[in-house]
This record gives sequence, structure tokens and C-alpha cells, in this order.
Amino acid sequence: MTSLGVKDELSSNASCRHLMNMIMADDKDVLRDVWFGKIPACFTLSPEETTEREAEPYYLLLPRVSYLTLVTDKVKKHFLKVMKAEDVEEMWFEYEGTPLKWHYPIGVLFDLLASNTALPWNVTVRFKNFPEHDLLHCPSNSVIEAHFMSCIKEADALKHKSQVINDMQKKDHKQLWMGLQNDKFDQFWAMNRKLMEYPTEEGGFRYIPFRIYQTMSDRPFLQKLFRPVSPEGHVLTLGDLLKELFPAAICAEDEPKRFQVMIHGIEPLLETPMQWLSEHLSHPDNFLHISIIPAPSD
Amino acid sequence: MPSSLLWAVDVYGRVYSLSTVGQQWEHCRDAHLEFKRLTAVQLCCWSIACDHNIYLNVHASDVPIRYQEETYENQRWNPVDGFSDRLLPSDRWLWSDVTGLKHQPLGDFQLPSENWEWEADWYMDENFGGEPTEKEGWTYAIDFPANYTKDKKWNSCVRRRRWIRYRRYKAQDTWVKIPSEQTGSLPDPFNDITCGAWEITEEPRGCLALWAVSLQGKVWFRCGINHHNPEGSSWEEVPVPGEVVQISCGPGDLVWAVLWEGHLLVREGIGRDCLKGSSWVMVESPSPGVGAVHVAVGVNVVWAVTKDHKVWFRRGVNSHNPCGSGWIGMVGEMVMINVGLNDQVWAIGFEDRAVYFRQGVTASELSGKAWKVVSVPRDSERSHSSASASSLQSAGCFFGGEVRLQSQASVLSDAEPETERAGGEVVPTPEIGDVPKPRIPKVTSDSFISELVSDREGQISRRDVPPAGPSIPEEDHPEKEVEDRASPAQVLSPSQSGGVDPQWSNVDLEEAQTHLTSGPGGDAAETSSLSSVATYNLALEEPYGPDEHPKWAWVSGGGCLVECHTQLNWFNSSASTALNSSVQAMSLSITPAQTAAWRKQIFEQLSERSKREMENFMHYEQAIEQSVWVKKGTMQWWRDWKPHKWVDVQFALEQFSGAEGNKDGILFIYYTFNDEKKYLHVFINEVTILVPVLNDSKHTFAIYTAERIKQRWPIRLAAATELEMHDWLALLSVSCCDSRGIQGPPSKQAIWSVTCKGDIFVSEPTKELEASLYPTPSDQMFWRQVGGHLRIIETNSLGVVWGIGYDHTAWVHTGGYGGGFFQGLASSTDNIYTQTDVKSVYIYENQRWNPVTGYTNRGLPTDRYMWSDASGLKECTKNNTKPPSPNWTWASDWTIDYAVPGGTDREGWQYAADFPASYHGNKTLKDFVRRRRWARKCKLTTTGPWQEVPPIPLSDITILPCGPKSTVEQVPLWAISNKGDVLCRLGVTSLTPGGSSWLHVGTDQPFKSISIGGVHQVWAIAKDGSAFYRGSVSDQNPAGDCWYHIPSPTGQKLKQVSVGRTSVYTVDENGNLWYRHGVTPSYPQGSSWEHISNNVRKVSVGPLDQVWIIADKVQGSHSLSCGTACRRLGVLPMEPKGHSWDYGIGGGWDHITVRGNALEAPRILMPSLTDNHTATRPLLTSNQPEMNGNPVGC
Repeated sequence: MTSLGVKDELSSNASCRHLMNMIMADDKDVLRDVWFGKIPACFTLSPEETTEREAEPYYLLLPRVSYLTLVTDKVKKHFLKVMKAEDVEEMWFEYEGTPLKWHYPIGVLFDLLASNTALPWNVTVRFKNFPEHDLLHCPSNSVIEAHFMSCIKEADALKHKSQVINDMQKKDHKQLWMGLQNDKFDQFWAMNRKLMEYPTEEGGFRYIPFRIYQTMSDRPFLQKLFRPVSPEGHVLTLGDLLKELFPAAICAEDEPKRFQVMIHGIEPLLETPMQWLSEHLSHPDNFLHISIIPAPSD
Repeated sequence: MPSSLLWAVDVYGRVYSLSTVGQQWEHCRDAHLEFKRLTAVQLCCWSIACDHNIYLNVHASDVPIRYQEETYENQRWNPVDGFSDRLLPSDRWLWSDVTGLKHQPLGDFQLPSENWEWEADWYMDENFGGEPTEKEGWTYAIDFPANYTKDKKWNSCVRRRRWIRYRRYKAQDTWVKIPSEQTGSLPDPFNDITCGAWEITEEPRGCLALWAVSLQGKVWFRCGINHHNPEGSSWEEVPVPGEVVQISCGPGDLVWAVLWEGHLLVREGIGRDCLKGSSWVMVESPSPGVGAVHVAVGVNVVWAVTKDHKVWFRRGVNSHNPCGSGWIGMVGEMVMINVGLNDQVWAIGFEDRAVYFRQGVTASELSGKAWKVVSVPRDSERSHSSASASSLQSAGCFFGGEVRLQSQASVLSDAEPETERAGGEVVPTPEIGDVPKPRIPKVTSDSFISELVSDREGQISRRDVPPAGPSIPEEDHPEKEVEDRASPAQVLSPSQSGGVDPQWSNVDLEEAQTHLTSGPGGDAAETSSLSSVATYNLALEEPYGPDEHPKWAWVSGGGCLVECHTQLNWFNSSASTALNSSVQAMSLSITPAQTAAWRKQIFEQLSERSKREMENFMHYEQAIEQSVWVKKGTMQWWRDWKPHKWVDVQFALEQFSGAEGNKDGILFIYYTFNDEKKYLHVFINEVTILVPVLNDSKHTFAIYTAERIKQRWPIRLAAATELEMHDWLALLSVSCCDSRGIQGPPSKQAIWSVTCKGDIFVSEPTKELEASLYPTPSDQMFWRQVGGHLRIIETNSLGVVWGIGYDHTAWVHTGGYGGGFFQGLASSTDNIYTQTDVKSVYIYENQRWNPVTGYTNRGLPTDRYMWSDASGLKECTKNNTKPPSPNWTWASDWTIDYAVPGGTDREGWQYAADFPASYHGNKTLKDFVRRRRWARKCKLTTTGPWQEVPPIPLSDITILPCGPKSTVEQVPLWAISNKGDVLCRLGVTSLTPGGSSWLHVGTDQPFKSISIGGVHQVWAIAKDGSAFYRGSVSDQNPAGDCWYHIPSPTGQKLKQVSVGRTSVYTVDENGNLWYRHGVTPSYPQGSSWEHISNNVRKVSVGPLDQVWIIADKVQGSHSLSCGTACRRLGVLPMEPKGHSWDYGIGGGWDHITVRGNALEAPRILMPSLTDNHTATRPLLTSNQPEMNGNPVGC
């Protein structure tokens, strides 16, 4: 029943959006699309795990903006049924041999590692041999909450010198977290919009909170102070950001494209203003997560 | 926010204007003249040019200034000739005015000045009191003077007819000289000018006061300036107790003037019947010993500048106390200052002669916060040289004239030697440098002289006192110091600078004592010395280098509207502000960001992504299960049973995913009854509308379902605070929309309605709504609120939506939704703007006559309150009357309202035999009581998807209703201005719904209602209640050619008209709804009126000829409602009148428009739907026991 309902909602969203494009699209819809973006995943138990009987794969629609360990209770329950309690340690995931960092949003993991592969996304479930040097432990949801809130706070420090987040009450912080945890778009955005405000005369946030991820780098991600408007008053774009941090991603007209610059599974044009991206394509943690991946060679 | 202009004159006498949305000074090209000073109001600009003449620049408007001249032709019957020109010797003139006393043949009418032109020739008026006359326009009577009728009777001995002719003011957007024969008699040239007082008289009179000061210090008042006579008629001298140098008149009744000695004069006795005022009161200069040189007044403020350039703010000034109570010294050094609309302040700095704007002036903080320099470029720095070439000559003329005139006058005899020297020294000026010097002296006249004097004094006195305020750094000009040594000012300066008390020097917000002496007995000790100072040597002052921008000499903000939320881009001209201003531009709805390729790309890719990643996997399980979400609160509930009262309740909204996946919810209201806990519940998907009912005591709102609309009895709830109420309303509204799958902006077909509180609601029509057999009952329509505040909304099926506010401002829908208390998600982001509205609150002052003391406020014990509302039942004093709701704030003081139906006497009183009775405007012997109405304006500021369409205020509007698939390039849109002018909007398309400009359509009398039908048939109602049809309106000829007078239903004055595809309906002043019979394509005027219903307030006929009304007195099962939206049932192409009414949302509704709904019902009805509807039919019919389908219930 539930899944049927969601289908309706999404398809009505899609048709509505199409209509809106014809007339005049509202930026609100981008927020909805970003929030309700979901990746179909097929969880299979690693053959290295010892089971009592064969484990069926488990299919799930994962919210792109959430965290793996936050939305995989059902996966855990499913596989625990076929395992002995003594064989179970902390659950973790890998994709094609790469351990999946739960503290990156799911959409980022997917864009970075699997964006050009066939769907559903095949994720391997592990219960043993926790890769201590690759992954953080996640014993409970409160760890995710702490990580999520610290990201929001860092983002607001960049955007408003922490003024907005510090003005919020404890229950407001909770509302942000509960909104994400329970997939309540309205609940989350009722509070999050305050974090997206800025004085009109400034033309944007103080700095844009963003992180750039690459597949082939050892560094976890690139981060730098970057203002939405240049000192001369020009609006700075995604292209300007890349020119500064990852010039290789910008190719000349005649060159073949070497890299894909992905946010939420799409490739925005380089002239898209950073301020707009930050307001509309940020994850719930208020960071703009940008994945740079090698262009498929086909 | 429409743009308005700030005007300024530079030292070369060139006039510039700066728009509130602009970023550069625009040179007023027309001016081949140089100007000394100007004074601007919103509609025009007055100025003194260097040729001493006064010029007027009336800003162009889409509605011309026109005046109707009328005269009467009188005839008498005699047995020989029948009716003829042969009158009896005792009769009136053959051609006369309406009274017959004044002889006025057609040929005697002259244009008042060369700036007027005739519109056409004289013609006969064939409209007599709303009814058409016979062809020749004659009206008949037994004798002169008597009652005239349009029909000739056996005893009609005389007849007369009215001839009318229009003249039009043609000089717009150009400087016209005020005809010299009017100024020629004046003894000396003008030196200062100020215009204002437009707030004292109401529209349409629109009187202006223009005050001028002559070089000899006399004050003149220009009489007879009003809307129909922009130039005024004559000058009248106003005696003054001294020599005035400068004068300032505010929008209201404030007029202040500066005397040579430096004291100030305040005009008293200014009122509606006497714009000139009656007497002067003297107020001492703010600073002892340092006289004032300049004053500027607004509505509730007075600013002054003293000779040492200090700026002063007068405390406690208002209409009752025009003198105020004390001076406050402000930071900054200025040479002149000007107060504009909203008491905003501009000034010209002393050091840099730049224009400054006072930031942070609000109603609660009239003195503002800081001076900010206006730094925007001028559009032409090049015209400089040519301008100065011609200016040399005028400079010479000017000074020659000045000397001659002053030597003739004996008043200034002691100043004469200096004056002559001044004149003499002008000649050698060019010798000082080889560079072509800007000729400073010529421009600036005596005001400049006094500035120069004060410059020097400032320089000298500042050597004694600490340096000036921090905002304007001081610079020393060595040249000046040289001058100082040689100048006679040195002799005088010790006394002047000695008078400067250091304690006043630079301390902001420091108060001076009140120096208020009444009458002309001011301190005249300094007069002689000062006046001689003021005219002394000015020849060598050259403070400006040739490469600098010319300095400003004068600024006027009287036409410049800046509100606290207005964003001005005047203060730096960098690229980022340019970006901001582009958003403000009038091009509606579509900002560059919205059309950008990157944006489109993101929308497309996101859509593609969702499809790619989710479309084939929707059968997958969701990672996060949706759970029930509950929000609780406490409220008060208006109990459903008697005795009705507010009881405390617990309130809870449970939201969950409904059966089909869309969200749904249930609302619970828990109450205790007889110590038993009970609850009431409402399914969110059954809620039809949420109505905020904010009043001054409680924050209440009403929840309706279809069932409760039938009962006329909503669930009424009250929240503890306004904020809480808005939170709940926003949440409930989102929840209701979610449950019905409604999101985003209203569709083009949407039905809009407005409540009596100005709240706007919109409903999405279904195809079945206008089904001919079994339409969806209108009480099942779901309405959601849209932000903003309006009185009227009109729309068509192309998505063009216009509204009119209570203050007659026109607004166009931006395509957005939300605003108001709908924050965040329930609102669109890009197209929400600030919206303001103004309305008046009225109270009545009641008095009874007694033989001893006449009329007093002591009534009989049985009388109404001496201060009451209109009914007299509620006590309403000036102090205890609050604005209608917390959203409104007072925007003016209480004033007497003269525009009351029935008329008033000069003090605003209306008389009657007793309370309550019909009131009239003149006292008769039979009258024992009187009352007058007081009005106070209040203002509301909110947000909504609306953008203002300046500048003409409107009272009605209509947009061509289109069929479902029609494509119209230019959408015909007609409107009536608040003065009754008929206007046709050009350039309206679905992409530019705001259109471009108005085309004025002439009429013989003011109009009040208009409607255009599906095939361009335009009907209108005149103020006298008669109907008109406009002939030959088409796509090619959007304004048509002439009006056809249609007789009203017998004895009725029509009020409103609505025309659908073919149907024409009107409503009269007694609430009757009329249908026009016999309308055919070949005879579109129709033949007769058929009565359809009574108790109708308004009608809206849609593009399918569907008929909706706002009806009064609709009986529900629990209550009676007034202001109910009803729909006519049984309307078919062959049966356009329908047969009965179907009752929808109400009461408290004021307006509805269905003119956007061109959704035709599907031809084949699903059997299940049919069943469904037949089930609801009995309920409906049970509400309609009346014969003619009248919505009368009692």
C-alpha cells in the first residue's frame, strides 16, 4: 500500500513539474525533488558471511539525502534472520569492494561510485571484519544525529557566522533531525528555511558551504572559503568554483569531457550561480556535496 | 511599489530627476531654461526660472485633465411659433447657467490659457438624471424655474436643454510659463516657492496650495489650483510681520517661513475652506544668536537649518500644534533641507553640496538615523558647456533686475549700497581665471547669497568651536580665507560667531528650549545687520574647481514616495546593486534567473533523474515508514449549542498517509461537557475552507465543511496569539491542500473570491462544476487562501488576474501563491511582494439641540452615545477606537469627513429631526439633532503574489472572458478610475499581464462599473445609475467609438454589470438582479430588463454564461448569512436565466469572479457520478423554497 502511494505522489510530482516547466517552474519544486530523490538498491549478504540458510537479496528505495545506517534497519532485520547471533558484529556496507562511508549522504556515495552503472545499486552487506581505517563506527542513531548536527553547525558558521543556528532552540535542532530521520519534508523545511535566509543587500551567504569529492583522490574531500559574490559584485558560478578548486573539470569547447560534475545525480551547467545551488541543491546537512567523477568513456 | 521622482537643481540651474528605482540623475531635457528653485508634488512640479517667471510642469498621465463646460439653452412655448427663442421679458437668458441667473452663450466660453484645448464642439446632453431623453435633449417644465421632466406634457410651457463641451489641458511633461499677465502686476520677482496641502481636501477636488516669496520678502498665495485647474487662477498677497526669505508648505496644514532676522513664522488657521490660513505665529530660531536660514515641513515634522549650517528637528509638531514644542540639534551641516512624502528628508550638504537622504525616518522615529549621500551618476555631464553659455546672459539680466528693483523699493534702503556693489562686482567675475568658470552667482540668486554669507560665518565660527559632525569632513579652502580677510563679513563675524553657544555645536539629539512668541513682536535687533550681510559681496566666491561635478543647489522630494521597506539603489552604483534592481523592474513574474538556461537544465535533469532512478522501482519497499504525525495545542471554541460561548478545548491535528498515498489527517477538538470528556472531529479532506476572522479582541478562525456551509455554522476557534493562529492556519491549510493533492500556483481557470476583511481565496474548478445536469454543489468547493489584501479581483481564462485594494491601488497577480502568513513551503519564493492597503475607520459625533445652549454634546438619557458607530449602538470615542485588527495600524489622525452621503455643512455636520433618521447637510427649523463623521486612516502591510500597477487608482476592472481554447494576443482589459474615468489597458498579454499603458475613453459623466463580454461587448454603469453600451469595440478598435445610453429598469439606479459570453446581468442599488433580454449579435444592446432575483449584492457572469452572485440573507439550517457566494442552476444555452440558486461559501463574502472558468463539463456523465449527485440533491432543494429562486430566506 505504502509503496503504491509513493508512486502516485512521485508521478504526480513529475507530471506537475513537466507542466510547470512549460509555464514557469518554481524553485520550491527543486527542494521537493531533491528531498524525495530515491535510489533503488539491492542488498546482498557478502559470501564471506556465514549463514544458516541462503539469504535472499533485499530491495529497498534509499532516500538520497539520508545516511546508510539510518535507513537500513530493515536490511539488518532481514539478514539477522538467517544468521547466528554470535556471527554478527556491527553491520557495514561495501560496493565493489569499496567500504561505504555512512557519514556521506547516500546520494553522494552513489554518484561517486556507481552513477553510471545499471540500477538497482548492488550493495554488499557485511557483519564482520569492520574496516577500522576506512569507516567510522556507528553504534546508534545518536552518532548520526551528532554528525548531522555538527555539519549543519559548520555550514551555518560559514553562512551566517553561526548566528542562525545559535538563535535556534534545542527543539528546533531536534525538528531538523526528526525531519530527516522520519522523512518529513515539511517538518524539516519549516525550520531549515531559516538557515537559508540571508540579507538581500549582501546578495547571498557569507561563504558557501560545499564539499568536493573525487573518486581517485586520497583526500576525503576539498573544502575552501568561497563567497557567492565576487568583490566586484559579480555573481560567482559553479564554473568559478571549479576554476579555483578543480580546473581539470572545466574543459575547452573542443576537448572531450574528462570529468562529470555531479550534484544529486545531475550535472548543473557551469554558469549556475553558487548561491542558488547552495539554497536549492544542498543536502539536509546544509552542505553542497559535489562529486567529480571521470566521464564514462563510451 | 511604483516609482516616483526626486527633483533637484544644480548650481547651473539645470533640473534633474532621480527615480526611486533608478540609479542615475536624469536631466530634464525640455528645460532650455535655467531654474533657481523648484517644488515638486506627485502630479506636477513648480519652479522659478532665472527669467523670474514661474513655470509649471504637469507630469503626463494616461488620464487627461479635462473639464466639462456646460450651458443651458432655454425656450418658451407660444401659440404661434410653438417652442421658440422668444422668451418673456421676465424670463431668464436664452443661454444661461443651470440656475438661469448667469448669461452664458456658447461663444462666451474661452479657454483659460493657451495650455488648454477644446476636445470637440458643443453637443447636446441627452441623458437626464440617468434616463435618455428624446433626440434633441429637451426637458420640459411648466415655467422657469421648476421641476423638469423628459416628457412633454400638455402644460409644458418652457423647455431647456444642456449643452456640454470638454476642454483638455494639453501642456504635459513640459515647462509652461504661468501666464505673465497674472504675475505682471507683482512688484518684484519671486525668490522662493513651495507647494503642498494636497492632503487637506479630498478627491476629486484635489486642491493644492502654492506659496511664493518675493525678493522683497513678501509672501504670495496662488489661489484656485485644483485638479481641474492646474495653473491656478490668481495671486493674493499674504501680509507678513517681517521680511520672509524662504517658505515651506507640507502635504497637510503645516506652513512655516523663515524671516530675514532668522526667526520663523508658523501659519495658523489653515483648513479645508481656507488653504491660505489666517494668522502667523512666531517661533524663535533654534539657536540663540544664530538665525535660521531655511525651513522644511512635512506632515508632522519641521526641519530647519541655521546660518552656521546646523540642522535642527522640531519636536511635537502636528496639526493641532503646528508650532511644535522644542528644537533638537542634529548631526550634519547642510545648506538646505527638504521634506517629502512620508516625512522623508533630503538635504544638500554644506561642504560638498551633495544631495543627502536621511535614513531611517519612520512614523515612530521621525528624526531618522543618519545622513547618507546620494551617489549616482548624472545621465549627461556633456550638456554642461552649452548650458552655461546661455546662462551667462540670464545671469546678467538677473542681477541687473535685482539692483533696479531693490533701489526702487524703500524697504531695503539700508542694504542698498551693498547691493549695488554686489551688482557691480558681478561684471569682473570672468577676469578672475582664464578657465571658463561656472558662473556661480547667476544661478543661485539671493538664496545663494545667504548661503555664501553663512558659508563664511560657518568658516569663521568654526575656528572657535570644535569641528563639525563626523559625517561631513571639513576642508579648508585657502582661497576662501583670503576672501574672508577682504570681506565685510569679518566686521560682522565676531558678533555672529560670538552668538554661537558652544553647547549647541555638534551634539546630536540635544534639545533647545522653546522660544515661542506669538505675533509679530519678534526680536528685530539683528535685522539691519543681517540683511546687509545677506546681500554683501559675492563676486569672488569660487569654491568649485572646473573639473568637479556641478554642485547641487536645490532638492525637492515632495513627489518622492519612500517607505520604510523601499529599497533604494542610490547610495552606491556597483554591479551588485544593479543586479538587485533588475529584480524590481516592472516586467512581471519573469526574472532573468527564471529564464536562464542553467535553471531550465536543472529542472529537466532532476525530472529525468527521478524517472531514471525511480520509475521502474516503485514496487521497492520504502526505507523509512511514514508514521502518524500529531500536533497539539489549546484553543477556545465557540460552543455549538446554546448558550453559545467560548470554551477551552484541546486541539489536535493527526496527519498520516492516506489510503491512496496522499497525506490526510483528522482534526480533533476535545472538550468537557457536564464533566464528561467529549470530542468533535473533522476529516481534513472534508474541510472546504479555513477563514481567518481576526478582530480586535480575539484571534479567531472558522473551519467549514460542506455540511457546515449548509448550516451556515462553522467551527469557530480562537488561538491565544495572532502568531499561534497563523501557525495553525498555515499548517491546516497545507494539510488540506496535501489531502486534495493541490499545490503550486492557482490555475488559469481558478475561481477567486474576496471576503469583507479583504482576504483572498481561490478555488480550483472541476469540469463537473458547471455541468448542465448535475453540477458539483458549490458548497463542496475547496477554497484556499492566497496572501494579500484586496477588495476586488477580476480574471480571465488566460491567467490574467488583476485586483483592486481598498485604497483603489491596482495590483496584478504575479503567478505566485502564498505570502501573508503562509511562510516557507506554503508559499512561492520568487514572486511574492510587499503589499499595502489603506482604509478609513469611521466614528460619529452626535449632538442634540436644546433651547438654552444650542447644540451640545449633552443628549437625552434615551439618546445614543455622543460618540458612536454608524448605528449609534456602540460607543466609539476617538481614544477607545482601535484599528479593525492587529494587522492594521493607524496611519493618520482623526479628521472630519466631509464626503458623507447626504452632504454636510462647513463643519461637517449633518442634521436630522431625531436619531436615527435621514440626515441632510443643512440645518432646518425641524432639526434637533446633528452628527458628523470622523475618519481615521489605517494601514495594513502584508505580502502576497501581487505587484502594483501604478499610477492610476481604480474602482472597477474587467477582463475579456475567453473560451477554453481561444488565443488572444492582446487581452482587452477595461477599468474605471476612482474618479470615474473609463480606461482601456494596452499591452496586456498572458506573459505581460500588467500591460503597458492606459487609453482614456471619454464619457459625459463619471462611471462606476464596467464589464466586457466574450465578443468584446462592453457594458458600463454611470454614477447616476444608468447603463451604457460601447459600440464597435473589437480587436482592431480596442476602445470602440461611442456610448449608447440604455434605459435602466424603471425607477432603479443600477450599480454593477457583468457580461459573459452573451448574457448581460446587472445589479441595482436595491439589490435586484436583472437579466437583459433580446441581446442578439445584430442588436447587442438588447431590448428590456427582466427581474431575476432580489437580495443580490454583486454578480459575476463567466465565459460559459454561468451566473454567480454574492447574495445577502441566505438562510442556513443553523444561521442566516449575508454575503454568500451563490451559483445559478439550470443555466443552458437556450435557457440563460437558469431556474434556482445553489448556495456556496459565506457569509462575509464581498466579491467573486468566475470569469476565468471556461472548463466545460464533459458531455457524458459517469453513471456513478450521477448517482452520487442525485443523493445530494434533496438537501439542496430543501434550501430553496422560494418561487423565483430568490435567495431570500426570511
